[in-house]
Amino acid sequence: MTDVLTATPARALDTLEVLEAEAIHIIREVVAEFERPVLLFSGGKDSVVVLHLAAKAFWPGRVPFPVLHVDTGHNFPEVLAFRDDTVERLGLRLEVALVQEYLDDGRLQERPDGTRNPLQTQPLLDAIAAGRHDAVFGGARRDEDKARAKERIISLRDEFGQWDPRNQRPELWSLYNGRHTPGQHVRAFPISNWTELDVWSYIEREGIELPPLYYAHEREVFRRDGMWRAVGEVSPPRPDEPVELRTVRYRTVGDMSCTGAVESDAADVTAVVREVAQSTLTERGATRADDRISEAAMEDRKKDGYF
Amino acid sequence: MSDTITAPSTLFRFATAGSVDDGKSTLVGRLLHDSKAILADQLEAVARTSAERGFGAGTGFDFALLTDGLRAEREQGITIDVAYRYFSTGARSFILADCPGHVQYTRNMVTGATTADAVVVLIDARKGVLEQTRRHLSVVALLRVPHVIVAVNKIDLLGYDRGAFEQVAAEVRRVTGELGLDGVHVLPVSALEGDNIVERSANTAWYDGPALLELLESLPSHDELDTEYDPFRLSVQLVLRPQGGFAPDVADDPQRAETFRDYRAFAGRIGSGRVRVGDRVTVFPSGIETAVTGIDQAGASLDEAVAPQSVALRLADEIDAARGAVIAAAGTLPEARREFEAELFQLDPRPLAPGTRVLVKHGTTTVQGLVASIDAKRDLDTLEHVPATSLEVNDIGRATIRVAADLPLEPYGENRHAGSFLVIHPSDGRTLAAGITEQ
Repeated sequence: MTDVLTATPARALDTLEVLEAEAIHIIREVVAEFERPVLLFSGGKDSVVVLHLAAKAFWPGRVPFPVLHVDTGHNFPEVLAFRDDTVERLGLRLEVALVQEYLDDGRLQERPDGTRNPLQTQPLLDAIAAGRHDAVFGGARRDEDKARAKERIISLRDEFGQWDPRNQRPELWSLYNGRHTPGQHVRAFPISNWTELDVWSYIEREGIELPPLYYAHEREVFRRDGMWRAVGEVSPPRPDEPVELRTVRYRTVGDMSCTGAVESDAADVTAVVREVAQSTLTERGATRADDRISEAAMEDRKKDGYF
Repeated sequence: MSDTITAPSTLFRFATAGSVDDGKSTLVGRLLHDSKAILADQLEAVARTSAERGFGAGTGFDFALLTDGLRAEREQGITIDVAYRYFSTGARSFILADCPGHVQYTRNMVTGATTADAVVVLIDARKGVLEQTRRHLSVVALLRVPHVIVAVNKIDLLGYDRGAFEQVAAEVRRVTGELGLDGVHVLPVSALEGDNIVERSANTAWYDGPALLELLESLPSHDELDTEYDPFRLSVQLVLRPQGGFAPDVADDPQRAETFRDYRAFAGRIGSGRVRVGDRVTVFPSGIETAVTGIDQAGASLDEAVAPQSVALRLADEIDAARGAVIAAAGTLPEARREFEAELFQLDPRPLAPGTRVLVKHGTTTVQGLVASIDAKRDLDTLEHVPATSLEVNDIGRATIRVAADLPLEPYGENRHAGSFLVIHPSDGRTLAAGITEQ
């Protein structure tokens, strides 16, 4: 390399600035090229960050697409309240697909282990079809799981919502090819390249509001599968599982029946950033019972059309 | 910015490539492990599976299990698709595109190289430069990846012998010289033993260069290299006009809402260079010259912005421009073209032949196109052009393409964004080839 090439500009963009620019570019590309995008919004931190990025991408206008939530019926009430507040504040339309309706009319059956995470796939695909959504934004990140590490930022799904990992389009430069035929749709993951620490650092930098259970609080919990589980209607402790009052927080916010809390005294975002930077466990390994089932748990769910 | 405990770091993207059994998975696993990017539960899962596969206690574990993500890969012991990995050190965050060498290696190498700031090519010190190494280096050369690092691996198996390394290094330099690659970094490593991966190794006291991670931490990224020198370019993604309603902070303030009533700005990501308020710009395709009156980034007004920021530009004059337009530093845009020669990397199993109707995606435009002729293909060992009438999968060749509308193409060597495009099948939408324009 010649000398002139190794010169650096006065101020290089930092990692978060580059990741933000990439995410906004992706969101704008999808809105420009697709007819009816929708954002999967659960109130979880990753989807909150994607929504924040979308708001920035279209400012001073409103976010130009609705949000969709697949409600397992096992959600934390404070997360649902946060979801509703956010949607109202931003003037968005909220579509809700209820797993409970599928259980009530027999289209789905409750699983023996009580988790409803895998049951979300059918209501999700039906909602996508009913809304005629050709692009579905999600907050998935490639650092979360080995199968997700191989998924494209713009990822094609067939008529059955399935992901075919052996048949993906090459992802070249920042030219995203989202062409699809009727019936197909794409999943778009604007924060694919972010890590858990990037997400938290960005939440801190931007002052993004989250549901309170991401921060340390006292809660009645019991120990199961090596995780602290909240005492609630849908996840009662068994007689051999004593209930304790602990200071905990959630690293992921999902279905109450399979999401665990971690002991933590990180009560604000700065403390959480510090904690995540020093963590010795991945967020899924620490807090998701369903991903512990097998090495390929996420891969199998994704192939069937899961997030 | 608030006072975070994580100091701002810069982002660096690199790809790893290698031939079968040269220890690439071990290298990737070693980088992730030694930079502490692998957490306890992941290690536990790998250790468990390693034990099941017969890696005895004490012999460490099979690092490849960290990167082989799909069931078929683990079952067959191969890597199918590019996998992205993330780790960081104090100074930098890294995105690693791990490109498998077994199946569709050209396609995987092209995918990894198009976004890479550096490519690390692995060589088995005992085998030297193989045919596949040469092909990887060819792709890297054609795609003008800013930095090339050749890691001569398994140096421990040669007793850390300087002479053996020098011999391979000389061979590497001869080949990279033939391919026109300058400034190639060649270093002796043992991924298995960790020599010269994170820290310089005492086992190779005769080597006075940096360890791999030191190199990756210090090389300037593509954007750091180009920002100062490349002319400003922004491909318009969409025009922001808040007709569907204002964002809450604007809507709730009648005075602001009035200010933004006629707001109109061109949203896009800066492809190259920098732009300042007051700069003169030319807008493609109209050719009209105007001035930048504002650079907006979600509520904040900036004095200047640089690649690769996503911004919205306000212009002095009412200009008829939509998605696909390019805003460029005044007077710097080349003449638009409807017919051009390009180098194509054929990625689809269906051969590309003259007369094929395609779509061409360039910047934020997609236009109809026609493969007018296939002019030659590369002999991948010498990179010389040889006669050809069609391009088969994994071929790299030269074609003439005609398009239905003007495209503001520039030589790829001068501008990575303005010189690259996709060739897409018009009905099934698959990406058939990656294209770069020639000088």
